[in-house]
Amino acid sequence: MAERTPVLEVRGLGIDFGGLTAVNDLNMEVYPEEIAGLIGPNGAGKTTVFNMLTKVYQPTRGQIIFCGEDLAKKSVVETNKAGIARTFQNIRLFSNLSVLDNVKTGFHNSITYSPFAAVLRLPSYYKQEKELDEKARDLLKILELSDQADVIAGNLPYGAQRRLEIARALATGPKLLLLDEPAAGMNPQETEELMKMIRFVRDHFKIAVLLIEHDMKLVMGICERITVLNYGMMLAQGLPEEIQANPAVIKAYLGE
Amino acid sequence: MTKDKKGLSALFSAKYRGRTASYTLVILAYIILEVMRASGNLSSLFTSLLVPVTCYIVAAIGLNLNVGISGELNLGQAGFMSIGAFTGICVSGRLAASVPAVPRLILAMIAGALLASLFGFIIGVPVLKLQGDYLAIVTLAFGQIIKSLITNMYLGFDENGFQFSFVENTCKLVPGGKMLLNGPMGATGTQRIATFTVGVILVLVALVIVYNLMYSKSGRAIMAARDNRIAAELIGINISATKMLAFVVSAGLAGAAGAMYGLNYSTLVPNKYDFNTSILILVYVVLGGLGNMTGTIISTVVLVLLPELLRSLQDYRMLIYAIVLIVIMLLTNNEWVRTRIKLLQKSLSGGRKASAGKEDGKEAA
Repeated sequence: MAERTPVLEVRGLGIDFGGLTAVNDLNMEVYPEEIAGLIGPNGAGKTTVFNMLTKVYQPTRGQIIFCGEDLAKKSVVETNKAGIARTFQNIRLFSNLSVLDNVKTGFHNSITYSPFAAVLRLPSYYKQEKELDEKARDLLKILELSDQADVIAGNLPYGAQRRLEIARALATGPKLLLLDEPAAGMNPQETEELMKMIRFVRDHFKIAVLLIEHDMKLVMGICERITVLNYGMMLAQGLPEEIQANPAVIKAYLGE
Repeated sequence: MTKDKKGLSALFSAKYRGRTASYTLVILAYIILEVMRASGNLSSLFTSLLVPVTCYIVAAIGLNLNVGISGELNLGQAGFMSIGAFTGICVSGRLAASVPAVPRLILAMIAGALLASLFGFIIGVPVLKLQGDYLAIVTLAFGQIIKSLITNMYLGFDENGFQFSFVENTCKLVPGGKMLLNGPMGATGTQRIATFTVGVILVLVALVIVYNLMYSKSGRAIMAARDNRIAAELIGINISATKMLAFVVSAGLAGAAGAMYGLNYSTLVPNKYDFNTSILILVYVVLGGLGNMTGTIISTVVLVLLPELLRSLQDYRMLIYAIVLIVIMLLTNNEWVRTRIKLLQKSLSGGRKASAGKEDGKEAA
């Protein structure tokens, strides 16, 4: 396990908001085709880490080495092109577009025809749109959204919206998928299905997954390695069993 | 045969219905108006309004791409029309002796569209990187600046070439020369080469451009950036480039419309394209429905014709115009009316479902 080169390597990552240090000196790795977890009590800085990895926030210090390339100075768009895709804790869909169009939008950078080709409806437009339609429908099938392809995204039920966000993120062809509380608001049965889906997605697309989650059943059930954050600092890192037995982690969650 | 049938019913599927409605409306209106004109049933007032209406429709369709689809407020559409108009007039005036009317009109529109797009691009570069209503403020100022600039511009040409001066007219033309721009007087003695047919073709071209763009990679990106800027950026969409495309196309359409408008009158003053005109075009768009091209066409026609039809009421004209505006707003934003319209649509599509078979099953879901 340890001999593999990590797909993502975070070194000394930190961010200050004015005088407040939200995350400090974070070191972590995510290996290829691994499902990793990032947990911690509320306000520990988990989403802030995601925002730094996707460059929504510019880290104050540290390195984000992704596939051998430092992303610390790259833009949001470049980060996505490098192969990091994410979902959001508070769902951010294109709520006026159809489910199918949301996924098609995810394929944005794999389409090469120009706006002129689109306006003039050149053969390249038809060819690529046809392929795109098939690829998008395949993704919807995997995330069990095929029946709702023509529904306006904003009208989807909550669980389906979360799955659509994953579909859209996968459409960008990532090597690393960041899931921010994918099971939030789901009942146990839905969570169970989501776990299966995340595993299937990982196996099918051969990608690494890093997820933030409060549902410990899900975290312990599918994560192969877990990083625990507390007050913006790394508290522990290890296998699920190790984390569960770690006194510092238990203290952070339950108090003395 | 089956393939034809599928293609035909696809025209009415949820995705393409708006498009089909727009094209059908424009073509039907054109045929009816041409027949009425040929049979002498169209009053001279109506006849004189045909070309201006098509111009405003094109400018409004462009603005709807910018405001409705891209979600950026633009308060300077008249400025882009103005650039297009005076560019078009200059091009047409210069080529009057050498090029026949219709190709000259087309050249003038292309020149107007290109220059207006260029200006759109220049003011878009700094502004579209920002979030918020900056575009509204900058385009508002832009409209005023363009008006002032053209009000102070003198351009003439004779056999020795172009002569240009600013603020004061220092152009000294040899006999046979012609002033194209005359400061506050604008353009005078323009050859009127705009025709209703070319106007309708321009409307159709504008619709093709906007719809084809909407249902493509760019259109999805434009709408994604409108719906959720951060999410759009995180799936790799370059927001400012995307918004720029919508803005530049919008400006270009206004430029082409302006050129057509300018070449429909023998005299055009720069003051014609002031802030009020920009707001008027915005009203056409908002009343017709953001993102709804068919609605834009209808509202433009109604709102351009209305003040003219109410002329006989003299002083009460603007009062009634305002009341009509308010009534339309109340009606289109009314839940009761909306549910009725939805029910009507449902019963209509239900009827079609029976005849068209499977194809429409999807849209009902």
